[in-house]
Amino acid sequence: MSKITFLKPDRSNINAVLSIGIIFVIIGILDVFLNTFFKLNLLSSFPKGISILFPFIIAMIGFHLVRIEFSGSRTIDLLNKNINTSTFNAALTLLILFILIKAIPPSFSWMILDANISGDSKEACTGTGACWTYIKVWFRRFMYGMYPNEQHWRINTAFLLVIGLGTFGFFATEKMKKFLALYYVVIYPIMAFMIIYYLISGGYFGLEWIETGAWGGLSLTFIVSFFCLIFCFPLGMILALGRRSSLPAVRYVSIGYIEFWRGVPLITVLFMSSVMFPMFLPEDFFMDKLVRVIIAITLFEGAYCAEVIRGGLQSLPRGQYDAAKSLGMGYWKMHIFVILPQALKLVIPGICNTFLALVKDTPLIFVVGLAELAGMLALAKTNPEWLGYAMEGYIFAAIIFWIICYAMSKYSYNLEEKYKTER
Amino acid sequence: MSDAIIKIEKMNKWFGDFQVLKDINLEVEKNKKIVVCGPSGSGKSTLIRCINRLEEHQKGSIIVDGTELDENTKNIEQIRAEVGMVFQQFNLFPHLSILDNCTLAPIWVKKMPKKKAQDLAMHQLEKVQIVDQAQKFPGQLSGGQQQRCAIARALCMEPKIMLFDEPTSALDPEMIKEVLDAMVNLAKGGMTMIVVTHEMGFAKEVADEVIFMDEGMIVEKAETKEFFANPKSDRTKLFLSQIL
Repeated sequence: MSKITFLKPDRSNINAVLSIGIIFVIIGILDVFLNTFFKLNLLSSFPKGISILFPFIIAMIGFHLVRIEFSGSRTIDLLNKNINTSTFNAALTLLILFILIKAIPPSFSWMILDANISGDSKEACTGTGACWTYIKVWFRRFMYGMYPNEQHWRINTAFLLVIGLGTFGFFATEKMKKFLALYYVVIYPIMAFMIIYYLISGGYFGLEWIETGAWGGLSLTFIVSFFCLIFCFPLGMILALGRRSSLPAVRYVSIGYIEFWRGVPLITVLFMSSVMFPMFLPEDFFMDKLVRVIIAITLFEGAYCAEVIRGGLQSLPRGQYDAAKSLGMGYWKMHIFVILPQALKLVIPGICNTFLALVKDTPLIFVVGLAELAGMLALAKTNPEWLGYAMEGYIFAAIIFWIICYAMSKYSYNLEEKYKTER
Repeated sequence: MSDAIIKIEKMNKWFGDFQVLKDINLEVEKNKKIVVCGPSGSGKSTLIRCINRLEEHQKGSIIVDGTELDENTKNIEQIRAEVGMVFQQFNLFPHLSILDNCTLAPIWVKKMPKKKAQDLAMHQLEKVQIVDQAQKFPGQLSGGQQQRCAIARALCMEPKIMLFDEPTSALDPEMIKEVLDAMVNLAKGGMTMIVVTHEMGFAKEVADEVIFMDEGMIVEKAETKEFFANPKSDRTKLFLSQIL
């Protein structure tokens, strides 16, 4: 606890000083409050400069008087200890309080109290607040893009299947635990790809073929993020090991790869993947745009992952390598059982960072004509029937992205806790 | 001598330009206990790290149990599986429980069935008297317990030779004894041991031979009694007078 500069009044009139202080603080806050909500100004007759500063000055005086050691009231002691330790802190407290009073209620009323959600056309939005009707009408587009409405069940089923398969680890018996790593690194991605490809893309089993250009919205965000995440992690791991390899060829290839991809902006990589790349391919070879984009982002983020993982590898003491070697373990056994488990545990925060950045980079695929959530917003706001509601759309997208990213970072904290063994 | 399990001939090693080991010749017979002592920086640790090729030597030859240490990684891994090593800093795997530390290498290197490996590990842990800590993690144990676990871990590979690299140097004084006791028991069981240590009491009790090293060379190599009673070189006499 930093030093608290206490006022030292005569103990006999301590109560009087305290009461005056509290009253002053309350007057100050009340003035801002009335000002904001009832357009009342307690000092309307005073010159403008004073009337603006008045609440701040009077509350500061109040806080100064309240700052008494052992005031006799627990609440005031707590207040002094936490937000009123010095004049500077009292000023910060007041500033934050005033800003909150000024900012929260208006945005609250814009977003909820004065907002509209009923109806299904622009005419329903009559209030001064936000027009959530816009989100409601466009909701399916924001979720599924241009995918035909009656086929949305295919996307939902595919996602449920992929998520279901992903929970396999929780139900695996002791005997199957051995193969979990293999499952998640090799089998699961392949199965997920097959499900997404056959179910969402269609063209087989009597399902209508829907080209990837029609995919979009949040579901596309999920598809792109999901595949990039599961592919870029093993890639990063291999590159990180490669960069520390004792074989010069492997090392230089890894360094070259990492430095190349870290040196170019993602947006140019995406352009190249969709515009330049097909030019180098043989005429009859066709690779879907979405697949190219996923590969491009994976290769790009793999380089970042590699450097994060390398940081973890380098932080392990040499003794761990010595111990593993002295037990007769070869390069792969040593890395799989001793080095990587420890290194990866150390880099969970860094990996989470990279993954969050990846998820938030997915809107960039709009530049090659794939409209995921943010891309659909950009399309929707130019619709002549719904001009002027960009704000609602972006707030909606921000909330969705925030939920996704917060869930991911929460999950990473859980992982850290789960694997915390030493110290 | 034909039954030498470790044979080092004219071995030289450099770190960059600095020569750490100069013309080392050493033969260790089966079941012998050798203590290596000497001032710090004299190359004792490097010498025993060369024996399981944690360090590479540049000249001369090292033959362990009939196999020469060279570029062949398969040979090296096989020799490392037969040569147990205990480190100054314990080097337990912090992400694994004590039991898993002991079973990891037997299961994955020696392809031992899990059940058998666990039984063996519990047996070895019992020998060093930390069997009740088997489910804990290394971070929860004291230094002495960790070092005893490290000994058990090395023994689980059923090695022919055990190397100890200053096993008690990182320990609090009151924990040294428990580790030394474990080592004395091991010595009495007939293990071939090479121990780098400053514990002269231990040397007197179990060692068959004592080697004194200085500046990368073996200065003196003698039977234990002879070594302490009647050191030949002046450097050894000086060292002993300082340490005893």
